[in-house]
Amino acid sequence: MSDEVGSDTTEEASESDDDGVPEPERRYGCLVSSGLDMAVLHPERDQWLPTMGALFSDGFDMCIDLTAVDYLTYDGQRRLPAGIEPERFEVVASFLCFERRERIRTKVQVPADDAVVASATSVYPGADFLEREVFDLFGIEFADHPDLSRILMPESWIGHPLRKDYATGAIPVQFKGAPGPR
Amino acid sequence: MTITDQTPESDIGDVADAVSASGVPNQLYELPRRHAVLRMSEVQAAERANDPIDGENDQTMLVNMGPSHPSTHGVLRLMLEMDGEIVRRSKPVIGYLHTGMEKTGENLTYLQGPTNVTRMDYASPLFTELAFSLTVEKLLGIEVPERAVWIRMLMTEMNRIASHLLFMATNGMDLGAVSMMIYGWREREEVLRFFEMVTGLRMNHNYIRPGGVAADLPDGWRDAVGRLLEMLPPRLEEYDILMTGQPIWRDRLQGVGVITAAEAMALSATGPILRSTGVPWDLRRDQPYLAYDQVEFDIVVGSYGDSFDRYAIRLNEIRESIRIVHQILDKMPKGDYRVQDAKVTPPPRARIDESMEALIHHFKIFTEGFKVPEGEAYAAVESPRGELGCYIVSDGSPKPYRMHIRGPSFINLQTLPHMMADGMLADAVAVISSVDPIMGEVDR
Repeated sequence: MSDEVGSDTTEEASESDDDGVPEPERRYGCLVSSGLDMAVLHPERDQWLPTMGALFSDGFDMCIDLTAVDYLTYDGQRRLPAGIEPERFEVVASFLCFERRERIRTKVQVPADDAVVASATSVYPGADFLEREVFDLFGIEFADHPDLSRILMPESWIGHPLRKDYATGAIPVQFKGAPGPR
Repeated sequence: MTITDQTPESDIGDVADAVSASGVPNQLYELPRRHAVLRMSEVQAAERANDPIDGENDQTMLVNMGPSHPSTHGVLRLMLEMDGEIVRRSKPVIGYLHTGMEKTGENLTYLQGPTNVTRMDYASPLFTELAFSLTVEKLLGIEVPERAVWIRMLMTEMNRIASHLLFMATNGMDLGAVSMMIYGWREREEVLRFFEMVTGLRMNHNYIRPGGVAADLPDGWRDAVGRLLEMLPPRLEEYDILMTGQPIWRDRLQGVGVITAAEAMALSATGPILRSTGVPWDLRRDQPYLAYDQVEFDIVVGSYGDSFDRYAIRLNEIRESIRIVHQILDKMPKGDYRVQDAKVTPPPRARIDESMEALIHHFKIFTEGFKVPEGEAYAAVESPRGELGCYIVSDGSPKPYRMHIRGPSFINLQTLPHMMADGMLADAVAVISSVDPIMGEVDR
């Protein structure tokens, strides 16, 4: 007790908790939430590349997966930490640390009218094909990617199939010629 | 590292400099950039079609290999920059088998999901079903009964054997050991016969489903497995005699397509490619799923990271799988083969005849599907080709809002240009074969 009264600095540090709102947890300078299976980092869009640099330095050797989600027609609740504005697109990447056998997921919000994120290939060259896939199917651009081109769809294709406003299309099935019951 | 030395002068140098100036720690960022120069859209290529030939700088030739080339395992197309017989830069061109299975997955219920994903990696379909089911179960928060867990292990290990036997066959064929092709297919067919007995189909089983498996093991399964386990080891010995010790076989594979551990990790390669560089990473041991923590097996690693290591790893993984299956036979518990949770499991057939509620319940599950709580989950399994992951975002409806499969073949394909660089064209065939890509999973 007496120690706490004595030093002003420690008191100031613990002051932030007093207004009832606990300081949000941060890792690698990003807001963090806990997912079903692993911790989820929520960097701002301009923090995306530095966060990956920090993850790499901390032993996350491999970018195991990178994809995107289009939240255009999502009815549920977006579970994002306070301070992160939900946008239409979300680029999701997960990383693997061999030494600690640990996984971590990183999510960045990408607005529809300016769908650009920094490319991870300068830190994780393995994100190459995955980013091309996201570019191809979602139309999200990755700045400084060595070769941002369509990978699965034909080069001349118009539209991005995995967007929610891209119709699936269906072939009508007619059972005309099928044999009847007798 | 030779890769950086050979980087041709081009405008990508500026980008690479800018990146290294920003203090990003990775020294391997050149890896995709070297081969990126080759990539030119068809429109750009057409624009430059009439450019005059410059004798000094046009010493190399672009050769298209595939998409329908016998050694490209389906419809892989490679653009190779040839300097005489030597491959300089190359670019895999994929998408010929793309049918939008992830989009299809968003329009199928969770019960229909496995019918879709099983068609991705058609050489090891049960693994994709397993990854999908594990993810859905994680979202649902259910735990499948012991017997279902062990049945899943039995089936996926048998599938690993079948898939590696297929690799033995195609690898042999690609390198001219044509008799190996016949032996590999013959042995694989025996395993597929067992699958037909259990699931009703040789391939695309739709056997592992969210909540358990489709049906219990049939009568006589133990004998069928026993016969396979008796038949396989001597055949593997024959493969050893036919190939492993042969000087021709060794010359074709040793030192061909070398990749270092750092390169494999930077390029996100998993499975036998990563293990061939000496990294003992196997999800079955390192992040155990199912009941792999209760069986004993060794992880096979190589030390040179060449095509021969990848061949030897797969051959010995068949032996490890046989070892695991022996333990599964001993430990297979009794009990239910699917979870008895009315939310996800249809009522037993006999109940439908006598209860109206059971009929409605059955109808609801098969027409509407079961609802999965909101959230997102990722589950990964060790497929014969590496980490096979499934990422699902659920909005609380009976269909996944987003279903993404991390296909190991797709990502492992990125290592091809680096393994083929500065090798002979004939070795390129050996390298493609040693990556063992399944195009159904690459293109999805």
